[in-house]
Amino acid sequence: MGRTLDLIRGMLGAAPKKPEKVSEKVQKIMFLKYEDKDRYIKEKLHARAHHATSHKWRNRRWAVLIATNLLFVFSFWLDIQILEGALTASRFVGFHLIDLNSALHVMLAHKHIIVNLFIGTFTVFLLWVLLGGRSFCSWVCPYHLLAEWTEKLHLWLVDRKIVTDHEFHRGTRTVFWLLFALLSVVTGYTVFETLSPTGILSRALIYGPGLALGWVFLLLLFEVFWSRRAWCRYVCPIGLTYGAVGALSPLQITYHVEHCFHEGDCRKVCLVPHVLDVTVKGRAAEETLGLGPDCTRCGYCVDICPTGALRYEVRGLSKLL
Amino acid sequence: MSEEGKQPAARKPAVSIEKAQKARRKFLQSVGLTVGVVGASLLGYIPVSSARAPHLRPPGALDEEDFLASCIKCGQCVQVCPVAAIKLGDIGDGFGIGVPYIAARDQACDFSCDAVQCILACPTGALTYHKPDFLGVRPGAPLAQAPLLKAKAKDPEPRLNLKERFGLARLARPESCLAVQGKGFKGQARGPEFKGEMRYVDVDRWAPIPVREHPYEREICDLCVSECPIADAISLQATGDGRFIPVVQEQCVGCGVCEMICPLETAAIVVDGRAPWQGGA
Repeated sequence: MGRTLDLIRGMLGAAPKKPEKVSEKVQKIMFLKYEDKDRYIKEKLHARAHHATSHKWRNRRWAVLIATNLLFVFSFWLDIQILEGALTASRFVGFHLIDLNSALHVMLAHKHIIVNLFIGTFTVFLLWVLLGGRSFCSWVCPYHLLAEWTEKLHLWLVDRKIVTDHEFHRGTRTVFWLLFALLSVVTGYTVFETLSPTGILSRALIYGPGLALGWVFLLLLFEVFWSRRAWCRYVCPIGLTYGAVGALSPLQITYHVEHCFHEGDCRKVCLVPHVLDVTVKGRAAEETLGLGPDCTRCGYCVDICPTGALRYEVRGLSKLL
Repeated sequence: MSEEGKQPAARKPAVSIEKAQKARRKFLQSVGLTVGVVGASLLGYIPVSSARAPHLRPPGALDEEDFLASCIKCGQCVQVCPVAAIKLGDIGDGFGIGVPYIAARDQACDFSCDAVQCILACPTGALTYHKPDFLGVRPGAPLAQAPLLKAKAKDPEPRLNLKERFGLARLARPESCLAVQGKGFKGQARGPEFKGEMRYVDVDRWAPIPVREHPYEREICDLCVSECPIADAISLQATGDGRFIPVVQEQCVGCGVCEMICPLETAAIVVDGRAPWQGGA
């Protein structure tokens, strides 16, 4: 329970802490791992040499993300009516689905909830409790995909020392979440929706482009030249809403300290590297640990890990099998 | 004061000046980001509070403030409209981004759907058949009786489930109106390029067709009256010496068909979104 709370604090912006107590099992694992340094280095090099770079999870994820968004598009364009609406609210073969953050802001601004709104919100809530909350970000949100692509450009420029990454405090996103909620209540308008690139892009895909794409373009420029993945990392309240929803989700990425060489490749590709703090030597208190609610389950770390220390797992299911 | 100042220094481990500066810079930049983004979002107020003519919203829309608050910007109303009359606001509309409106001159709501489908499609009640009591009703908005849809005149239930008008027609340029000048009209109402559609019951009861495929020939132009989908919403009154004037009646709901069909370069009759009925003129 203590770790769950720490992870939630971490999602809200707190810096990761060193564990107070490391279990005996982990102590034993670490002892054995470093007992023979030559063997350790050999094993590490061996694992590296035999690691075929894989994009398995990235490709699956992109396929799902694109397919989901295209299903919205074609439901309207070709009138196949499977998934009608946009990401903020839709009907899947007639069933209401309503984005949790959009629903929250409509409720806060309008202060009135009708049955359909409640049904759609509840359905989506259950869906993302099961599927891992922030998986919405990496597996569905169209802005995430664009930002991933421009992130590559940013990293290329950083590599050549043309730009430097400016980090903000991760707690900024929590402040944004509270401010936008407050603004919805006080002004009576869904203020965040005006700037949400998720909604803007989803509507642009389905109903045709508009000037609002200019704002999305500015955000991407900011991320390329100033701060890596700034919107998703430091601003977007949708991510925090889904993070909270997925806090106890059974679907997660788990870390197995036994297989880890603590090299940190995973932290370099991660959108939210603080969730991978456990992969630093001496930070894992248990043999197996879930990465927590802020993890978007994007699978970049799973793909890049040469030893299989990071895996997709359904909580409870692995024990059962 | 000096004692209090000393205490944290004693407890906290020493932090290098460089690290402290870095943390401070990060904090200030984070504050800057917050102020910047929230400031940008509040620019959305400008179009909402500016005095320009309000958009014509789809039928069943709550009053403007409530409508902007309750609309979830999903466009499901856009998807069900058989004549594609509903458009979504862009970033220039501020808080009205993604919120549906009707540009009546380009494509009016002609109730081809018979049942006001957009209201059915709305997941949040921003478009509604039954307005919650606590929201109140604008003066001049309630309709004396449910509007009778001419196309459904022979059906057992010919009336639309609409309790309030969403706009009101107004003869804005009587001097240019063909009927007022005693003139007739012949040809395509809006020319061969016009993309707008309308349902003509005598052509096809169920499917709308392009307006350009339905030419007219009238001794006295009465398109705004004859094409109005609602019974008793507008009438042509003789003013003597062969001239006529279109007069908007209390049953007008504000659908905008008269504005769309007016064959002049600039429509003589227009629909004002949210305009109240003021007892006839």
